[in-house]
Amino acid sequence: MDSEKRQKESRVKLLITGNEAIAESAIQAGCRFYAGYPITPQNELTAYMAHHMQDRGGVFIQAEAETAAINMVYGASAAGARAMTSSSSPGISLKQEGISYLAGAELPSVIVNIMRGGPGLGNIAPAQSDYFQATRSGGHGDYHCLVLAPSTVQECYDLTALAFELSDKYRVPAIILGDGMLGQMMEPIVVTKFRAPSLKQSNKPWALTGCKDRKANVVKSFYLKEGDLEKFNLKLQSKYQKIQREEERWEELFLNDVKIVLVAYGSMARIAKGAVKALREKGKKVGLIRPISLWPFPKKAFAKIRKQYLVIEMSYGQMLEDVQLAVNGQAGIEFLGRSGGGVPSEAEIIAKVNKIYHG
Amino acid sequence: MDKIYAHPKSLRDVSTHYCPGCGHGLAHRLITEVVDELGIREKVIGVAPVGCAVVAYEYWDFDCSEAAHGRALAVATGIKRVRPENIVFTYQGDGDLAAIGTNETIHAANRGENLSVFFINNAVYGMTGGQMAPTTLLNQKTSTTPDGRCAQLQGFPLKISEMLALLPGVKYIERVSLHSPQEIIKTKKAMKKALINQMEGIGFSLVEILSPCPTYWGLSPKPALDWIKNTMVKEFPLGVIK
Amino acid sequence: MPEIAINKDKCKGCFLCVSVCPQGFIIAEDELNIRGIKPVKFKPGGKCTGCAMCALICPDCCIEVYR
Repeated sequence: MDSEKRQKESRVKLLITGNEAIAESAIQAGCRFYAGYPITPQNELTAYMAHHMQDRGGVFIQAEAETAAINMVYGASAAGARAMTSSSSPGISLKQEGISYLAGAELPSVIVNIMRGGPGLGNIAPAQSDYFQATRSGGHGDYHCLVLAPSTVQECYDLTALAFELSDKYRVPAIILGDGMLGQMMEPIVVTKFRAPSLKQSNKPWALTGCKDRKANVVKSFYLKEGDLEKFNLKLQSKYQKIQREEERWEELFLNDVKIVLVAYGSMARIAKGAVKALREKGKKVGLIRPISLWPFPKKAFAKIRKQYLVIEMSYGQMLEDVQLAVNGQAGIEFLGRSGGGVPSEAEIIAKVNKIYHG
Repeated sequence: MDKIYAHPKSLRDVSTHYCPGCGHGLAHRLITEVVDELGIREKVIGVAPVGCAVVAYEYWDFDCSEAAHGRALAVATGIKRVRPENIVFTYQGDGDLAAIGTNETIHAANRGENLSVFFINNAVYGMTGGQMAPTTLLNQKTSTTPDGRCAQLQGFPLKISEMLALLPGVKYIERVSLHSPQEIIKTKKAMKKALINQMEGIGFSLVEILSPCPTYWGLSPKPALDWIKNTMVKEFPLGVIK
Repeated sequence: MPEIAINKDKCKGCFLCVSVCPQGFIIAEDELNIRGIKPVKFKPGGKCTGCAMCALICPDCCIEVYR
C-alpha cells in the first residue's frame, strides 16, 4: 500500500492475532529494525515482520540466535532507529545479557516476551512465570525495563506503540509482556495511524550517524574511572523514579462498592473479568485491578482500597509480591495461581472468591 | 621541512592504557591513518570489543559503539543495516571474535554483511590476565594452560580466518602481522582494502592481524615481535586467504 | 637534513624504535619521563635519513618525522 492511500485509511479494522497486532503496531510506530529467532508461541510475530518490514521501509533479519538478535537491536538503536525483537521465555533468558547492555547504554528498544511455561524448556502453553525476570531486571546490574502487559489484541496494538514512545522518551528498554494465549488469539482491532518520526527527523543527538559537524558520539556502558559508574547509576535511578511517578497504568472495575478485589494482568485478567461479571450478577461485591504497567507497578491503584485482595496469576505468585509491597500489610491478600500449562479457570476463581467471601 | 609522519587526525592525542610494546596501539593508529587517507572520518562508525581494546573509543576520534563480549558483529549488523551510507567496522580480539562470539562472526560473514572486520590475534586473553585464547598455540603457556596448550585437552589453535574463507558471503580475508615495519605497511594496505571494499559495496572483509602481547607472552617487546615472526606465523601463515 | 621529534612523555620505553633504526641513532634517555621510565632520544650528532621506520613501528604514536 502506498503511503498516500494509507494516510486516507487512517482507521482500519483488522482481524488479527495478538502477535500480529504487536508487529503491525511496531511498523506503524516507526520500528525500522527487527531481528528475531524462531520460538513458539511467538512465531507469527516474526513471520509478520518478515512479510512486511522490507516493503514498508524497515529491516528484517532472522538472527542466528537470541543473543545476536538482541545485539542487532542494540546496534540499530545505537544508530538511532526504533528497533524491536521478540521471543518467548527461554529465548528471553538468552536476551538478558543484551537487555542489560541496552539499559546500561540507555538505548531505547522494545522487547516482546510472549511467555510460555518454564523453567528450562518447559512447554509451549501460556504462562506468566517470567514476571520477576521482566520487572526485576532479568540481567545483571541495577536497572529496570518499562514493562507493559496487554490483555486484549487491541491492547497488543496500542501498548506496543506506547512502548516505543516511552522507550524513546526515557531511553530505557521497554518490554511487552504477553503470553501464548494472547499472542495466538484472534480479535478484531481498530488500527490507528501513528505519526512516527523518520530516522532522519528523530531527535536523538546521541545516536551514531557519523561525526559530521559535531563531536564524536560514543554508545557505551563501561565506566572504569572511580566514581563514574556510581554517578551514572544514580542518574539511572532518578530516571526510574520519574518513571515510577509518571507511568503507572492500570484498569479498575467496580472499586466503588467492593468487598474483594481481584488482581490479575494480561490473559489472566480476561478470565478474572469473566469471574467478576458472574459474581456481580450473583450480588457479590467483587472488583478488579488490572495492572497494565507491571514496572512501574501501579501502586497508586492499591492506595485507596484497604479491602481483601485476591491475586490471580498463571504462575505460583510473582506479581503477588508487588501487591504485598503495594498493600504493605494494610489488607488481606489471598492467592490463586497455576503454571506449567495450567490456567486458573473462571470456576476456580469463583470458588476461591466464595470461600473468602463466606470464610 | 615537511612532516612526513604525523599524528593521524582521527587518533586523539592521548596516551593509551596499553602495555609497552602492545600491538593494539599500532593497530589503532593504522586504522585512523586509513580513515584519514580515505576521508571517511565523518562517516565511519567503529564497534569496540570487550577485551583490552574495550576503550578504543577513547582513542579514536569518530563515532563508536561498545558491544557486549563477542557481539560486535551483531551490533555492527544492526548499525550498518540501519545506516548503509555509513562505514562500519568492528575491532575484535581473538577471544571476542573466535570464542564467545564465534556464532555472531560466522553468521555475519555468511550473510555477507557489508562490514569491515579488524581481528587482533595475539593468542591470549590480555584484559583478564593471560588466559588461553582459541588461537593460543600448542605448548604455549598461559595462566589457564600452565603446562602449555595440549591438543588432547584444549584442542588446536582455531584458524577462524580459513574457516570463514569457505563461506560464499565472504569477499576478502587477509592475515597480516605487526612484527616489522614492512609487515606494518602491509597491514595498513589490507585495512585500507577492507574499508574500500565496504565503500564499494563489495561485502564482508576481514583482516586478521597477528599482534604482540609482550606482557602475557612473558617477553620483552622486541622478542615478542620475533616470536610472531619465527613461531606464530608457522601456525598462522601470512597472506591473502580469500 | 631529516629529523625526528619524539614525544618523550608519551613514550613507554618499549624500544621497538631502537630495534628498527637502521642507523642505530635512537637510544635510551638518561632521565626518567613523567611515567617514571626512561624514554628514547635521538643520539646527539646522529644523522637521520628520514626512513620513518621508527614512527611506523611506534605503538604509542610518539614519533613524528620531518624531511
